[in-house]
Amino acid sequence: MRHLINITDLTCAEIDSLLDLADRMMKAPAAYRETMRGRILATLFFEPSTRTRLSFESAMLSLGGGTLGFASADSSSATKGESLTDTIRTVSAYTDVIAMRHPKEGAPLAASFKSTVPIINAGDGGHNHPTQTLTDLLTIRQEKGRLHGMTVGVCGDLKFGRTVHSLISAMSRYPDVKFVMISPQELRVPEYVLAEMRKKNIPYTETERMEDVMPSLDVLYMTRVQRERFFNEADYVRLKDTYILTEDKLQAARQDMIVMHPLPRVNEISTRVDDDPRAVYFKQVRCGRFVRMALITALVHAAEAGADTLFAQEERNEY
Amino acid sequence: MNIDSIQRGIVLDHIKAGRSMELYRYLGLDALECSVAIIKNVKSEAMGRKDIIKIDDNISIDLDVLGYIDPGITVNIIENGRITEKKHLSLPETLTNIVRCKNPRCITSAETGLDQLFVLSDRENAVYRCRYCDTPLKTKDA
Repeated sequence: MRHLINITDLTCAEIDSLLDLADRMMKAPAAYRETMRGRILATLFFEPSTRTRLSFESAMLSLGGGTLGFASADSSSATKGESLTDTIRTVSAYTDVIAMRHPKEGAPLAASFKSTVPIINAGDGGHNHPTQTLTDLLTIRQEKGRLHGMTVGVCGDLKFGRTVHSLISAMSRYPDVKFVMISPQELRVPEYVLAEMRKKNIPYTETERMEDVMPSLDVLYMTRVQRERFFNEADYVRLKDTYILTEDKLQAARQDMIVMHPLPRVNEISTRVDDDPRAVYFKQVRCGRFVRMALITALVHAAEAGADTLFAQEERNEY
Repeated sequence: MNIDSIQRGIVLDHIKAGRSMELYRYLGLDALECSVAIIKNVKSEAMGRKDIIKIDDNISIDLDVLGYIDPGITVNIIENGRITEKKHLSLPETLTNIVRCKNPRCITSAETGLDQLFVLSDRENAVYRCRYCDTPLKTKDA
């Protein structure tokens, strides 16, 4: 059975098909109102995240399906000491697909070993967040018209920022993509991510100054320094205001560059940037709903058909 | 020093000097009822010094454990006092329940009953990564 634990679980062809389906859904949402009729999505959020949970629920409701679940570990059987795998075995008896967020890295993979329905990783600690990456890819493709031949700047918390690691991993598979890593020393991209890039000959540079690289970027991906990833409050306070994107800094950027952010933001992008046509982070949110609609549809249809490949049954289902 | 040759069993040769006790523990040889000889600091032309373990029974050996701890080890299978098979080891692709992930954020630190899984991600530098959280583990940490 197919799950989505890591963005690399999907082939480039599958990603392209998912983005194509999301595009079609975005253009004619009414045509997909019955696609998941009679199916149920579980949203198991062992760690709170209003935005991602609502995005999944909105996606399933837009497809005519139903949802159930919990918004924090406090309201689940985890408080009684139930193991994750027992929870998953139970919930997979009630539902057709499960989206889960968990503070521990690898929890969705562990869940996928025991689940009888597809598992979607909606974030596992600081590790992976593949549906955010699909959202990012859809946004980039819609705004720039392509995913290849791109210089992508990633800025802020590159150490704990799981969206950045997943984005690098996904974009690295497209030809002629370069990365510019903008972060303080303490929050650099982990060495294992860089080693993987070197192994695949993906060009990258690292810098501490955003201003120096701004003119070279096609995409600037901003991230928040996340309080919950620090063991030490003092370190968080010291680093949280390191990079703030302002109108002034944006002046050096190309007119066709886009500014992205997985949201929520704290203060790393000045609200005065919001009205700049290059700021696409609220468009990203909308893309998130449609790409999740496409993903839920593809995973549930593949599971029902017993298929190992997404979209193998595309023609039969006519979506 | 005189150690009897064995008629039927296993000889683990070319163990890096000083690592035989570690292997003894990892392979659970202390639970065997047959004779087990640990020979330390044997002179070796190729290695300078090496350790050897002789097991006086043809037991089943977990070659993945051996390959992970020291891929240079040779496993000699003995029948009727002669070597009938010589196995050369390499780093296994996966390690199941051999080492634990040390990342406190990993699900394996919280959930009981999960297999501890590591996948070889860089054979040249002998780097394994936790299948769950991708945290690297180097064989020297064993």
